[in-house]
Amino acid sequence: MKNFRLIFPFIIVCLSAIVWSCSDDDSVSERTDDFDRQAMLINWADDIIIPSYQAFSSDVDALKAAVDAFESQPNETNLNSVRQEWEQAYIAWQNISMFNIGPAETTFMRSFLNTYPANVSEIDTNISTGNYALQSVNANNEQGLPALDYLLFGLAESDAQILEFYTSNVNSSNYVNYLTDLVDRINTITDQVVASWEGDYRDTFVNNSGAASNSSTNKLLNNWMFYYEVTLRNGKVGIPSGVYSEGSRLPQNVEAFYKKDLSRTLCLEALNAFQDFFNGAHFDGTTNGESLSSYLNFLNTMKNGEDLSLMINNQFEVSRIAISNLDANFINQINTNNNLMLVAFEELQANVVLLKSDMFSALSIDLEFESGDGD
Amino acid sequence: MLKKYTTYLQNPVKAAPLAVFRILFGCLMIFSTLRFVSQGWVNKYYIEPNFHFKYYGFEFVTAFGQYTYILYAVIVLSALGIALGYKYKIATVLFFLSFTYCELIDKTYYLNHYYFVSIIGFLLIFLPANCYFSIDAYRNSKMAFSKIPRYNILVIQLMLCVVYFYAGLAKINTDWLLRAMPLQIWLPSRYYLPLIGDLFQKEWVHYAMSWFGMLYDLSIPFLLLFKRTRIFGFVLVVIFHVLTRVLFPIGIFPYVMICSTLIFFGGGVHEKIINFFRRFFKINFLNETQTLYWTPNVKNRLLATIFVAFFAFQLVVPFRYMLYPNELFWTEEGYRYSWRVMLIEKGGYVQYKIVNPKTGNWFYVEHNKFLTEYQQKQLRTQADFILEFAHFLEKHYKEKGIKNPEVYAESYIALNGRLSQQFVDPTVDLTKVTESFSHKDWLLPFKDTIHGF
Repeated sequence: MKNFRLIFPFIIVCLSAIVWSCSDDDSVSERTDDFDRQAMLINWADDIIIPSYQAFSSDVDALKAAVDAFESQPNETNLNSVRQEWEQAYIAWQNISMFNIGPAETTFMRSFLNTYPANVSEIDTNISTGNYALQSVNANNEQGLPALDYLLFGLAESDAQILEFYTSNVNSSNYVNYLTDLVDRINTITDQVVASWEGDYRDTFVNNSGAASNSSTNKLLNNWMFYYEVTLRNGKVGIPSGVYSEGSRLPQNVEAFYKKDLSRTLCLEALNAFQDFFNGAHFDGTTNGESLSSYLNFLNTMKNGEDLSLMINNQFEVSRIAISNLDANFINQINTNNNLMLVAFEELQANVVLLKSDMFSALSIDLEFESGDGD
Repeated sequence: MLKKYTTYLQNPVKAAPLAVFRILFGCLMIFSTLRFVSQGWVNKYYIEPNFHFKYYGFEFVTAFGQYTYILYAVIVLSALGIALGYKYKIATVLFFLSFTYCELIDKTYYLNHYYFVSIIGFLLIFLPANCYFSIDAYRNSKMAFSKIPRYNILVIQLMLCVVYFYAGLAKINTDWLLRAMPLQIWLPSRYYLPLIGDLFQKEWVHYAMSWFGMLYDLSIPFLLLFKRTRIFGFVLVVIFHVLTRVLFPIGIFPYVMICSTLIFFGGGVHEKIINFFRRFFKINFLNETQTLYWTPNVKNRLLATIFVAFFAFQLVVPFRYMLYPNELFWTEEGYRYSWRVMLIEKGGYVQYKIVNPKTGNWFYVEHNKFLTEYQQKQLRTQADFILEFAHFLEKHYKEKGIKNPEVYAESYIALNGRLSQQFVDPTVDLTKVTESFSHKDWLLPFKDTIHGF
């Protein structure tokens, strides 16, 4: 039984090894394999996410400048320049909406900037009373880009009538104030998020490169997938076309409802941005860096499987064609031939299978943030 | 001939191994239950969800809202009773019932190691593990024995052998051995581990670990049974379980197995462990040195019958999948309670379509409104979940005013690195299908073959 004396220390060493290996995730190891996950995080942060935020931020600055000009001189020229800058910002927004992580998550950026349909009756009340708290979570549909959509395009039929709200209306100063408050609020949130990414959060994000459920890759990809299903597929196409409401169509739920002819542009921009992220395409469009597709290709060389990234890209292409076939104004499309909307939905849907079932499985990423034990 | 065996089983041996097993098992259960509660899992898994996936035949088992915590208190207290050997009979019965009840509330959380705990809890009811170094033995010298019939220890040993050996058998299949699946998917994602992280990027490592894992599981029972290889076997047990603990989130299961396998060591070793406890806790009580003999009375005959029936069940149940056509890993018919661990990596996707037969109108269901993330994860890949939830939706939309709603599921599964393939027949109205033990013919066949056990 001499051996037994050796077993006890052995067990203790092993158990402490367990404890050590579980508590210490910071230890950086020399990596020699071909695929560097941290390089993927760096590419995402430095060449996609941060530049996209910065671009959006400068569009918001331009919007703010245009609104300031409109405030001092509310005329048709200045109204149109506000509208143009709003449109630019709304398109740029499609490039960052999917990154609901870190500062964007804590500031509820997506909720405050793009919850639609806008709550028109609440907005009207806010303006007439001049009494509102935009910071309230419940006020998410009284502000942001959809509320601006209403203020810039939806107050009346003609441009001249809309302009009257800001000039000759009894509450005209309230209208101007609400408009500037909405833009200021977008600006504040955006500045906060951009400052965080340009500051500490970038390193936090890049250095959290493990594969645990709270690692950057896992969290971002879970968010990204949720965005694709809920915000892109459902929000832009599925819900307005009645996919979730027993055949009753909801054209009033189209994105940029009052501008009307922008819905297809926004949808395509969102799809392109989503695909670019998949391929690791830099925001400036010059090159591709390490990405989900290159990660899949790396894993694929190991197991000689199907070319999943090619299949996913093909399905993006098919989806793009289906969306391009739609009317520039989804409201028209829904009212004239909703079947084409459903076709677009199904094409977007087909990629959910490839992404959620095949890709997540191939990358061995858990499709949930927190899970219990396995066996 | 038979007599030789029965005498072997009846021969008195030292009771210490069973006592040590009782103490370690009780302590681990206390720890594991407290951990479960402190992680907030009772609330998250049993109290918060509005809907629970039921085990077939156990639909009556429900959570009790906030009172569910009382169940967990019962588990902790009864586990304490087991560890101390205090009111052991009541403690073991309570432990088995309360633990098993909790597991039966929702099959979302099924894990083989919870099943193992239930089984051990059940066996302990019938074993005199409180006859040595326990409060019961201290208070009542009639209950105290230092030797007990050998079968009492063999029962636990045999159960452990079944677990390992069947886990090994299950690994003899072409996905595991010839494609190194699913290790080939899982291991590369552990790149961040020091030293071994880089090795996990190499294909030969995936194959080596698959083959080693299979041989390990099959040979462990024999290595532990024979005295000459016992220490080597135990060292392997420790290494293997430590490795799985590092690689996968499997909670306390590795500790349970490491502690359990100690029971293969002789009585001398365990007396040393108990002496260590004695010194550590300054316990002076010395056990009576009586021997518990097996006598052929009704109670003992009944016990023998229970054990024989129990092990016959354990040996046969893992093979019940053979009664079902189609691939086991695909349909998972007969997959649970069979010690099939870490064998499949499934990615899945499911979308429900509700059709109003009267108007022909249809819509998709956003099932995240009804289910937690964890439940959705299980729903995506398992047929019985898909059917049960379809029936829930039928009821839900009936209440919402749709007469005789039809429910269809569009579902895809990617199994062990294969491309997604459609799983449920999308033309079958699931409200017309009932759950049973018979084959689920509303599943589409798997378009590949996996050979093996």
